[in-house]
Amino acid sequence: MSSHSHDVSPLYGLIAEFETPGQLVDAARRTREAGFRKFDAYTPYPIHELDDAMDLHDNRVSLYTLCAGIFGACGGFGLASWVQAVALPLNIGGRPLISVPMFIPITFEVTILCAGLTAAISMLMLNGLPSPYHPVFNVERFSGASRSKFFLCIESDDKLFDRDKTADFLESLKPEEIAEVGR
Amino acid sequence: MQQPVELPSRIEVGPVIDPSHSLASVSDKIGGIVLKRKTTLGWVFGLLISFGLLQALMAGATWLIVKGVGVWGINIPIGWGFAIVNFVWWIGIGHAGTLISAILLLLNQSWRNAINRFAEAMTLFAVMCAGMFPVLHTGRPWLAYWLFPYPNTMDLWPQFRSPLLWDVFAVSTYFTISAVFWFVGLLPDLATLRDTSKHRWQQVLFGMLAMGWRSSARHWQRYEKASLLLAGLATPLVVSVHTVVSFDFAVSMIPGWHTTIFPPYFVAGAIYSGFAMVLTLMIPVRKFFGLEDIITMRHLNNMAKVTLATGLIVAYGYMFEAFFGYYSADIYEKFMIWNRMTGPYAVFYWCLILCNIVTPQFLWSKKIRTSPGILWIISIVVNIGMWLERFVIVITSLHRDFLPSSWGMYWPTRWDWAIYVGTIGLFLTLIFLFVRVLPMITIFELRMLLPGARVKEPVTQ
Repeated sequence: MSSHSHDVSPLYGLIAEFETPGQLVDAARRTREAGFRKFDAYTPYPIHELDDAMDLHDNRVSLYTLCAGIFGACGGFGLASWVQAVALPLNIGGRPLISVPMFIPITFEVTILCAGLTAAISMLMLNGLPSPYHPVFNVERFSGASRSKFFLCIESDDKLFDRDKTADFLESLKPEEIAEVGR
Repeated sequence: MQQPVELPSRIEVGPVIDPSHSLASVSDKIGGIVLKRKTTLGWVFGLLISFGLLQALMAGATWLIVKGVGVWGINIPIGWGFAIVNFVWWIGIGHAGTLISAILLLLNQSWRNAINRFAEAMTLFAVMCAGMFPVLHTGRPWLAYWLFPYPNTMDLWPQFRSPLLWDVFAVSTYFTISAVFWFVGLLPDLATLRDTSKHRWQQVLFGMLAMGWRSSARHWQRYEKASLLLAGLATPLVVSVHTVVSFDFAVSMIPGWHTTIFPPYFVAGAIYSGFAMVLTLMIPVRKFFGLEDIITMRHLNNMAKVTLATGLIVAYGYMFEAFFGYYSADIYEKFMIWNRMTGPYAVFYWCLILCNIVTPQFLWSKKIRTSPGILWIISIVVNIGMWLERFVIVITSLHRDFLPSSWGMYWPTRWDWAIYVGTIGLFLTLIFLFVRVLPMITIFELRMLLPGARVKEPVTQ
């Protein structure tokens, strides 16, 4: 609908609609096997078979979460130790200032807090959210993707993308419908 | 030739979701409650009553701030009155939500999909109610930020060895992570509401909340990973929260509190009361919103079983509390348990045994587990029982101090009651608003339960 950019292709890609998850997974596998790399599937619920079909193995969320957890554990324990041993040392009957067992609950809670927030925030950031506008929303029938329909979109950025040939390829996957996605 | 063995059919309890549903129909049904359903008179009436109760909190808190904690029934020796009783009660109620959303996710219990959103909302609202009590109990709630470690001109720092500070960290982490987990779970459903709503303002509102979620497979892959990680983190978190709450008691040197059984026994009690509260809320909700095909008999049956199981753990805890008192060879411990059973608060103790140990035994019967009316009454009784448990633990241990000259009695004042009833009003008000403006059932997870949602039919062996 919006056509403010002139130097890039006005076409974002071609989108095909499928009726069942099985057809979509099959189509995604064949799209990948045909050499396409810049394509995406849209489904109303997570389909784990797609991870293999599309070769999606992004583990960065786990990695960041682990790092944040380690940071939180060090930070929590460090804060408790610094406060009780440096900032406000209280000598109570000669007991140790860094009393490890007593610092564990707070160390644990700070670990969970940092890791949990990172898991959520890194998921959103790696997904590029929030992003209120996206070309696929221009396709009228696309609202079905969050309800009951399955879509596969091959993007025009892909090296192999050619409007007519890609349309023919999508047609060979036997979708319900094919539509052009404007920018 | 071997004849195929006829397995005992378990179909009588029913499936997880009514088989007539399709991908589109579950979306429309749950989304329709928010988008299409007319605001009924019953909902308005319920909200008004809850909001009315909430005013008791406003009055109680205002008077407390004006006059100080002396308006409560607390005294020396009973410095922990209703504030701590209600704090522990509310926090415990919250625990079922996290158990359902996180632990049952890790255990692959698909029946949780229909109830986790609601139970988790209940967690958030219960923790809000709980958090209010310690803050008000400080007497100067406007200085509650002193509980957090921050550089200040007084050059003071909180005591990291105190269970009360552990509580601050545990409860605030618990609330934050529960809220994040809940919101992450909401994203795809908010997108569904955005895409199916007809009014512009709804599209804009849900569109902003959905953050532009577009159901992309590349997003789902990271989303599933993040959900699993959050569930994995929330699982030890929920266990730690009530453990830390029990440390408030167990780390002290008060007879009846200073026991090693407190952490597991508190966690079991928390899940027990939480499941009872889920039943108390779910049974009317599924009836009024006609959700019997999604929150099926199977759910009620399973929740009743968890209630029974945790109830038995709690009963075991009571038994060992009594045994420890007897076996401790400590005059104060022995007196405490004897005083609990026969002293001035004995009636509370025996009511607690009746509510928490005797009543749930009815749940052995499948007939009772699958009759919503009776189940609802049992769940209310368990809620009362768990409140009595906290009352008995807090009050009976404190009111007989080590020296008879320091003995006392505790009776709540009308301001204690006002704040307690007021938090119930707050809780119910939030529940009423939640069921009206947000999808109370996780739509995208329901879709995964439908037979048509599978890519391949499961291979029969």
